[in-house]
Amino acid sequence: MSDSTATSGHGPELLHHFSTAEQQRDAASLGMWLFLGTEIMFFGGMFCAYLIYRLWYFNEFAAGSRSLDIWLGTINTIVLICSSLTVALGVRAAQMGKRKLLVTLLVLTIIFGVAFLGIKGVEWYAKYKEHHIPGASFDASDLIRDYPQIHIDPAHEQIYFSLYFAMTGLHALHMIIGVGMFTYLLYHSMKGRYGPEYYTPIEIGGLYWHFVDVVWIYLFPLLYLIDRKPLG
Amino acid sequence: MSEHVLSTKLYYGIWIALMVLTVVTARIAFIDLGPFNTVVALVIATCKALLVVLFFMHVKYASEKLVKMVIVASIFWLLLLLLLSLADYGTRYARHG
Repeated sequence: MSDSTATSGHGPELLHHFSTAEQQRDAASLGMWLFLGTEIMFFGGMFCAYLIYRLWYFNEFAAGSRSLDIWLGTINTIVLICSSLTVALGVRAAQMGKRKLLVTLLVLTIIFGVAFLGIKGVEWYAKYKEHHIPGASFDASDLIRDYPQIHIDPAHEQIYFSLYFAMTGLHALHMIIGVGMFTYLLYHSMKGRYGPEYYTPIEIGGLYWHFVDVVWIYLFPLLYLIDRKPLG
Repeated sequence: MSEHVLSTKLYYGIWIALMVLTVVTARIAFIDLGPFNTVVALVIATCKALLVVLFFMHVKYASEKLVKMVIVASIFWLLLLLLLSLADYGTRYARHG
């Protein structure tokens, strides 16, 4: 216990029910990982629905996947990977007490996050114009015309696009929350709240951001790359 | 988490690997590999996810064994959900889209 007073010398961040800053950091990290475990199950339900419907209606999934913009999808993947790099470097900057660098990296992360959402919005708008949003105005006749080799049932095509919007929508919601969280972290970083002794919020926020990146790493091939090979 | 501060070189290396794998998976999708297109896409995605989790999320250097247990248990639970559902729906009866 004697060293608890020594490590608590950095201020009010060390809560009284923890012995050391190290212990507090481990507890926070474990808590975040438990939350991410529930997130895996949250997204897992959707991946499971996707798996089963893809098994049943592969033709419609293939046609729907072909109609997505693979370039925008790839660019968005790259944008997210860059944001993960700036987050990882940001945690490092906080660990080393480089405040200015941390602020710069957080700003970059937020820019990448907003760029991702903007590109996603462009893609959604294209789908809206093509009448590919499930509902009363849904129309798959352009897909049936463009891919005569694939047998397409419009009702099943709607299931692909329902899952597309549900999965990318839930992912985008996580991105919006992430951007909000990083704006909060940016505000406190500018006030110099984080340093080598206390950077838990940056670390925890970073874990969340990387997790959302990992979800996209799977969404990209599962939604965009189902069946891109030349049609025979 | 430990106090471990990783070198920027490592972070840039992981970043480049992730970028290369992204371009590779997008290019390979246009080559006809039969049923292996999906397998290759998922293997590449899993490699990318592993790089992010192990290095960007510091799991490789985590001092806390409980964290690793939570991750393994979460993935195990996800696989239960996916594989048992697949075993059920995949073997019921033939459905043709």
